[in-house]
Amino acid sequence: MGAYTSRDTFTNVTPGRIGRLCLLMGLLLAAASFASLFAGTAEISVTAVVHRYFPALPFLTGDLTEAEAAIITTVRLPRVVLAAVVGASLSVAGVVFQALLRNPLADPYILGISSGSAVGAVLGIITGAGAWSVGIPGLAFLGALAAVLVVFGIAGRDRRLEVNTLLLTGVMVNAFFSAVILFIFSISDHLHLQRALHWIMGDLSLADQGGLSYTSLILVLGTVFLYLFSRPLNLLVMGEETARQLGLAVERTKLALLAAAALITAAAVSASGTIGFVGLIIPHILRLALGPDHRLLLPAAFFLGAAFLVTADTLARCLAAPTELPVGVITALCGAPYFLFLLRRRLRSSP
Amino acid sequence: MNLMEIEDLGFAYDGTWVLRGVTFRVAQGEFMGILGPNGAGKSTLLRLMDGLLTPREGRVLLEGRPVHTMKRREVARHIAVVPQGQAVDFAFRVAEIVLMGRSPHLKTWSFEGEKDLAVVRRVMEQTDTLALAERTLDRLSGGERQRVLIARALAQEPRILLLDEPTAYLDIRHQVEILNLLKKLNNINGLTVVAVTHDINLASLYCDRIVILDRGGIRADGGPGEILTTQNIEAVYGVAVTASRHETTGRPVVTPRVGA
Repeated sequence: MGAYTSRDTFTNVTPGRIGRLCLLMGLLLAAASFASLFAGTAEISVTAVVHRYFPALPFLTGDLTEAEAAIITTVRLPRVVLAAVVGASLSVAGVVFQALLRNPLADPYILGISSGSAVGAVLGIITGAGAWSVGIPGLAFLGALAAVLVVFGIAGRDRRLEVNTLLLTGVMVNAFFSAVILFIFSISDHLHLQRALHWIMGDLSLADQGGLSYTSLILVLGTVFLYLFSRPLNLLVMGEETARQLGLAVERTKLALLAAAALITAAAVSASGTIGFVGLIIPHILRLALGPDHRLLLPAAFFLGAAFLVTADTLARCLAAPTELPVGVITALCGAPYFLFLLRRRLRSSP
Repeated sequence: MNLMEIEDLGFAYDGTWVLRGVTFRVAQGEFMGILGPNGAGKSTLLRLMDGLLTPREGRVLLEGRPVHTMKRREVARHIAVVPQGQAVDFAFRVAEIVLMGRSPHLKTWSFEGEKDLAVVRRVMEQTDTLALAERTLDRLSGGERQRVLIARALAQEPRILLLDEPTAYLDIRHQVEILNLLKKLNNINGLTVVAVTHDINLASLYCDRIVILDRGGIRADGGPGEILTTQNIEAVYGVAVTASRHETTGRPVVTPRVGA
């Protein structure tokens, strides 16, 4: 990686390194997406697809039926994009929540966004989505916003968002909304119950064009916004008082960053249900691999989170084909053991 | 010239006054110590001087401007704080931590330029921390960690350095090492140093001027020779002491009267 210049002694974070990292991670995402596009119960020839969309390329032949073309463009492609968008959102939000709450065990759902969103979605599913003009994703988004407003409203008194108050409020909001969900379950019938459970475990088959474009827009805008604050995030993990002493307007910055991360999370959850562990594990893996600097972590989380969830979804579709597993099951099956491994290391390294 | 003016300063937590009627000035180039028993209001005073707390009464002026109304970024270009401890949850390397001291000179979205790297190299040389550049804070001894935090503060290129018990938890060799470093920065760079400390004798040896706080007010303010008297120390700390003269400097040395 270049000569050992004086710059390298002090910082290894340069625009060049960030660019190379993004390129590498971007290729990984492209490979994962490509694999996902062609994996599935209907076997579709890769060369035939490429031939159809890029007829000018030489040496490729093959016929694609209309049905096969439809599977690629209207079923698999939106789903791959949704998986990528949701994976990127949860990982980016995870990095930011862990930094702002100065808690490596935090994840995007820690402030109750997931359970708030689940209440909205479950309510929609049980009462029949047709009864609501905003649809299930819209309801889930409203539920998530409600949870965020409650948490910020309570923890944000006297205009400071104190970390411990935020965490405790989040735990309580999560507990309350979980109870609401269980209550709704107890009075609903079998068929609706199964759909609602599926949503809670995370379901990428919900991909619809309209929702997907909103979610993508929020992800892109939110990530760019958060990335502008990646250096201040480094200061914040050193502690709020230190950040203030180093010249950061902490309260304003923290509020803006929490709001952006919460919004990204809310959009992702309402599009796909509560897919767990992505937002916890990807940030951890990247901190181990790249160190704690957010100028590297955030773009890396964007791409690796996307690639991870695309791959998890490919596995969810193929492992027990033709039955489809909930993708949340795959992420948790990979995620939980890895998390325990990290926790054990952490316990061992602390004095 | 007065760099800072503390005028009739008062602060209360939950209706209990912690500081009241505190008035003193910090002159450019001074090496000043703030002494006082636990709970005298030393840390609160330091936080008020840095603008982290808003005064209930009176004000803190930095070059004539109330510090708590200034932008944090601007305060950080004038005042650097060396805290007593530093969280080490996220494993930044020493060089990266010192580089964070350049933050008040950088835009929100920016990379450190050649000038920033040059400043960081210089302050790490001054504090003898270049050899620690690749290590993380949790792998450092107390003295090394203190030097790194001083380096980060110096990277801010401040006019005033505020230190919260810089020699706490250090053995005598490292206490002297840190204080000699501060003295050198004070002498050579003309940096103004204000240190809160519990160590009466080190304050006596190193400070040009000492303010003694007691129950939220100033008990004494002056040169070590004038104010480190048995009378002042006994009144403030409530313990019987004898004051003698340091062999080479002639400054007061205060020791408890054992068995008295």
